[in-house]
Amino acid sequence: MEKAVEMIQIVKRFPQVVANDHVDLTVLKGEIHAIVGENGAGKTTLMNQLYGLLKPDSGEIRIFGKKVNFKGPRDAILMGIGMVHQHFMLVNNLTVAENVVLGSEAGIGPLFDLKSARKKVSELSKRYGLHVDVDAKIEDLPVGMQQRVEILKVLYRGAEILILDEPTAVLTPQETEELFETMFRLRENGKTIIFISHKLNEVMRVSDRITVMRQGKVTGVLNKSETDPRQIARLMVGRDVVFTVEKTPARPNGVVLKVENLHVKDYRNLEAVKGVSFEVRAGEIYAIAGVAGNGQTELVEALTGLRKPVSGRVYFLGKDITHATPRELREMGMGHIPEDRHKYGLILQFPAYYNVILGRHHRPPFANGEFLCHSKILSFAENLLSRFDVRPNNVRMLGANFSGGNQQKLVIAREIGLEPKLMVVSQPTRGLDVGATEFVHKTLIQLRDSGVAILLVSMELDEVLSLADRIAVMYNGQIMGEVEPNAVSIEEIGLMMAGHRLEEIRGRVA
Amino acid sequence: MNQRVWSFLVPLLSVIVALIIASFVILMIGKNPITAYAALVRGALGSKMAIASTIVKTTPLILTGLAVGFGFRAGLFNIGAEGQMIMGAMAATAFAINVGWMPAVLAIPLTMLVGMLAGAGYASIAGFLKAKTGAHEVVTTIMLNWIADYFSSYVVTVPMGVGFGTPKSPEIASSAKLPPLMVVQATELTSGIIVAVLAAVFIKILLDKTSKGYELKAAGFNPYAAEYGGIKLAENIVLAMAISGALAGLAGTLEVMGVHHRFLGTLSGGKGFDGISIALIGQNNPIGIIFAALLMGALRNGSNEMQFVGVPKHIIMIVQAIIIFLVAADRIVRTIFLRKKVAK
Repeated sequence: MEKAVEMIQIVKRFPQVVANDHVDLTVLKGEIHAIVGENGAGKTTLMNQLYGLLKPDSGEIRIFGKKVNFKGPRDAILMGIGMVHQHFMLVNNLTVAENVVLGSEAGIGPLFDLKSARKKVSELSKRYGLHVDVDAKIEDLPVGMQQRVEILKVLYRGAEILILDEPTAVLTPQETEELFETMFRLRENGKTIIFISHKLNEVMRVSDRITVMRQGKVTGVLNKSETDPRQIARLMVGRDVVFTVEKTPARPNGVVLKVENLHVKDYRNLEAVKGVSFEVRAGEIYAIAGVAGNGQTELVEALTGLRKPVSGRVYFLGKDITHATPRELREMGMGHIPEDRHKYGLILQFPAYYNVILGRHHRPPFANGEFLCHSKILSFAENLLSRFDVRPNNVRMLGANFSGGNQQKLVIAREIGLEPKLMVVSQPTRGLDVGATEFVHKTLIQLRDSGVAILLVSMELDEVLSLADRIAVMYNGQIMGEVEPNAVSIEEIGLMMAGHRLEEIRGRVA
Repeated sequence: MNQRVWSFLVPLLSVIVALIIASFVILMIGKNPITAYAALVRGALGSKMAIASTIVKTTPLILTGLAVGFGFRAGLFNIGAEGQMIMGAMAATAFAINVGWMPAVLAIPLTMLVGMLAGAGYASIAGFLKAKTGAHEVVTTIMLNWIADYFSSYVVTVPMGVGFGTPKSPEIASSAKLPPLMVVQATELTSGIIVAVLAAVFIKILLDKTSKGYELKAAGFNPYAAEYGGIKLAENIVLAMAISGALAGLAGTLEVMGVHHRFLGTLSGGKGFDGISIALIGQNNPIGIIFAALLMGALRNGSNEMQFVGVPKHIIMIVQAIIIFLVAADRIVRTIFLRKKVAK
């Protein structure tokens, strides 16, 4: 079979790290080839070299057997390579057709020929079954549709080889399924697809062959039909991974957090949370699932004192905390693992020992009157870092210099160190690799079993399903339904994530 | 490389490179750079009087440097040191004129306190506006500088003005004058330098050893995380501006108490703005700022001597600009480098 892409002995060094260490990658024409690996394994670096964004230090790239030397993405596009980025690069107030042809508009001189652009785009969308209204404005389209527009854009530029960089991260299960259909159709049409992911079930679902990377090296090239997720995970992580989170049924106690008809506005002063009510009990994990941007962020900010709610009430152990400050909440025993550890969780320019006392820096034992007790802070930090196995175990290292997983461990260590009664956890494994994710999940279960109430907000459905004792799905600022994980199907959750109420779904089914 | 060594090395190398580049400029105007620099060193450090005069020039620069540097550490860009210095000096003068009946042990600290409070209060306006309305402190402090400038012109010409020529106030009471450490001919080496160095030590302790310093730095580095950690941002902004303004006010006050013994229309003379470059060269570290101010003071003082050998003293402005450029460029290089690392 013809080889679409050959990357031979690619080496790419960065000041601190060898990102690609003699990497070989062969992608056959007309296959879906998955590249999997943990964060920092070198997947993105490799793809950036294939797309001409980076130049390899050594090694050779061949496209359809021809040796190439890209100076930039333009060269790569000319050779038929297209990349769909994780973050869409679309102009929100232009139409689909305008976006697709942007940068390569047809027309006479400076005049833009919208008519022929529309025609070409709708032809293209028919040919590949990428159904989308060519006259719709991008801002009116759901995320899944926007992704189609990105794919159309790449096809319009004549791509034969498509690179999809973690394309499912922003999609609902239904949208993901539609994307896979699109990928199969593209394959039937002879296109070659490189699919970057770290979700193993998706990789197993769509790919023909799989290249596994770890720490800048290729650790395996597998045929899908001859492997299983366990083997892939072992090659990714370098050891056996426990997939299922082991947990016993929850033994919930009294209500710890009670939210009543809460309304919250976002930074644009638009209502983001529109009347949400729920309860979290001690010893259970209550999860809020949903696609990003449906009010979860604002809900968490309101509960943790970072944003003032417009109306509604919040009670913590029976006390009204609707307008409490973050400091008051922390003193009452609310821990918070924020969704963005760089923005909220850590002060990257502070050393670890300062980061682990954030929020408690002003009182004994860390402060004695106005003065900080550095010796106590240091010994506390050393203890905490050992207990949570933060690596490197160096309390003087700056927050910025820890890896993502270890930064998250720092945050978790600090918040658990509070010995909280309620832990609000938002996106705890975002950007973490398999090993770190496993650690976070285990820690949360332990915390639950010790009687802490946990509110988990996550966009990762797998995470919600494996951790939660009860699940609420949030859409457009409202809760679509509350279910127990063993009494719901993925389809039902998917429909709720797309804006259907549980009663409506179940009513229709019955 | 070790961060600490690097922070020290960059300003030092910048000075050397700046002097080398400026020597080409001196060559181009047909003078001998070696003669020029010899005169510069002689003028700055060549005699007891030169040293005394360098220290006198250094004193207010330490304080304005601290004012700006401290603001930076708390995430605020206080461009208003100039105005705060004027307000501090003016208030201190108004007070010190009237304390003839007081013994020096009281008059001296009280005058300083008044000057600091005036600077703090004036800077707090910008802090308060930022905390309440989000008005950026760069804009408000620049505007406040103009207000202070014209207000002081009015004060020293009408209500407090005496004599002819340069607008000036009457002399302050002798009990409020700082005792000189030593007198070399007409140059008095005032004890203000001790106050300035103590202020630097105080700020260093505040920043590194106290929980308030922890909060100010946290808010400066990452206001979101600081708020998450229960730190009240609005309170910290006002407090940081007030401390910054107090330092600038003290700079003006010491000029009145130790050097001019009265308020002059030209008293601040851009020293507030020099604070920005000094904070930059001193890398916002209080101890670094002492040395940066000393360097600046020495260059300024030595440049007069350079003028005598026929090299315009404005060459020093070129040197200063190149130093700032190089130190700032290092920041840019490091910022890019750091961001890359984070992005990865």
